[in-house]
Amino acid sequence: MEAKKGYRQHINKKKLIILLLILATIFVFFWAINAGASKIKPKDVILGILGLGNPKANSIVRNIRLPRIISGILAGIGLSIAGCIMQNNLTNPLASPSTLGISNAAAFGANVAIILLGAGSVASTSIGEVQINNPYIVTLCAICFSLLSTLLIIGLSRLRYFSTQSIILAGVALSSLFSAGTMIIQYFASDTTKVAAVVFWTFGDLARASWREIGIMAVVVSVSLGYFLYRRWDYNAMDSGDDTAKSLGVEVEKIRLGGMFTASIITAVTVSFLGTIGFIGLICPQMTKKIIGNDKRYLIPASAIMGALILLASDTVARVIISPQVLPVGAVTSFLGAPLFLYFLIKEV
Amino acid sequence: MALTVENLSFAYPNKDILHNINFSLEEGDCLMVLGTNGAGKSTLLKCLNRVLQAQKGTVYIDGVDTRKLSGTELARNIAYVPQNHYISKTTVFDTVLLGRKPYIKWDITEKDIKIVEETLQLLNLQAYSMRYTHELSGGELQRVIIARALAQEPKVLLMDEPTSNLDLRNQIDVLNIIEEIIKTKKISAIVAMHDLNLALRYANKFLLLKKGISYRFGDTSILNPKSIKNIYNVDVAIEDYSGIPVVIPM
Repeated sequence: MEAKKGYRQHINKKKLIILLLILATIFVFFWAINAGASKIKPKDVILGILGLGNPKANSIVRNIRLPRIISGILAGIGLSIAGCIMQNNLTNPLASPSTLGISNAAAFGANVAIILLGAGSVASTSIGEVQINNPYIVTLCAICFSLLSTLLIIGLSRLRYFSTQSIILAGVALSSLFSAGTMIIQYFASDTTKVAAVVFWTFGDLARASWREIGIMAVVVSVSLGYFLYRRWDYNAMDSGDDTAKSLGVEVEKIRLGGMFTASIITAVTVSFLGTIGFIGLICPQMTKKIIGNDKRYLIPASAIMGALILLASDTVARVIISPQVLPVGAVTSFLGAPLFLYFLIKEV
Repeated sequence: MALTVENLSFAYPNKDILHNINFSLEEGDCLMVLGTNGAGKSTLLKCLNRVLQAQKGTVYIDGVDTRKLSGTELARNIAYVPQNHYISKTTVFDTVLLGRKPYIKWDITEKDIKIVEETLQLLNLQAYSMRYTHELSGGELQRVIIARALAQEPKVLLMDEPTSNLDLRNQIDVLNIIEEIIKTKKISAIVAMHDLNLALRYANKFLLLKKGISYRFGDTSILNPKSIKNIYNVDVAIEDYSGIPVVIPM
């Protein structure tokens, strides 16, 4: 019948978009793995990935470039799906880890762990020299504070008179509160080199994570992605309002709590390993929604790939634009994100 | 009995809304819930399918206590058309497909697609299937929302003021569709309504709510000038016009 045929075409179009996003990400992956201060031939790079190249190529590709790229892909996926689910769960297009103050809360937690609990030490103030002795304490602190921030947001969003706009304003307030807390900790820190290093730390840098941290991120991001995909029909139902979702058998409160909880864990883990990376969680789901529509069956995977693509591309730009100097990726995503964000705001009006 | 409600009560923390509501419906019944604004009509519908959790009372469907059913099982028995619709950028087909949610395990099946197609056909919506819901008129959108509810294959259909934002043509169209569906699908419907004339024309049972209390429950005979005066504080006459009862405010 006609309706079925039209529907199949509609779905195939969405699958094609996802395929194109995957191809674009593969393209950026090869650009990223070939880009860098060391001039290594593309053939040696490929051999280096497999560990079959010369020792120098093997070492640069496998110890420097590949961890950075994998970090970018994982963090991009994680932050983007976290933003996508927050926007759905709070029915607010402006919800994201950074606008809700969750990134800043995680950063505050990491600062507490590094400065107050001594989980980190510093070799020098240059980027990349921050040593995190105990990543588990840093992660745990980041998770605790980001969950605290999430619970406050969920609590406020349950107040009947609290509109969706108020939730974002509350997020801005919380964000400012945690920034102030971070500032106070840094102000009273006795070791100034430590403070300088922590400031660098908050910039966001994909080179920071070792294979051990990448492993933790990979587990957290893939379990979360699996959970979000499992719940995709519930999220679709919630787009029609809480009453309709409940009448379709969705346990709205439970799903919302689970979604926000999982999204904030992704944020906490990413921030604690890589620092704050702004705008990915806000912009990527928004852009993807414009292209692929609101159906979570396709929006969630497409947002994930878009996040990986944009973060990886931003990081590669950060590496090559004033090579051999490397810009912090957090700054590049914000430079890229702010104009895009304004564009979307103007277009929405 | 298709649906039996016993001693249903609901209260918000500071306000009682429903007290000891009792009624029952047979298969094929269309019940109009009537009452002033704030009488508890919407709350009653929401308590029947656990959108709101009633503090007291029991709802039975085909003799089964609905408290023993999971949310998904309940959604296979009772469908709901709310008063206000949240519109997101989704197609008509996808919106109706959402009605299959209570049956979806991991992904949709050919059966789900077939039921959506049949429902679109039943409501004459095939031509709109790939249109976005935010581009539809009020009447078209209401039909889509009813289609979503029917895709749940419910035994009982709850509708909260389904005609309140529609013009006269669409009011009649929507109620004709509901009448037809009740007959062909052999289901029962519970409709919260304000328009007494439309209620009298389409329903065979009535529940009059007054401040959360069931003032009267029964057939057309309970809707008389005295009961209407008691509920709405308005004097009316009920006249017969070519076999259709008409309520005329005095």
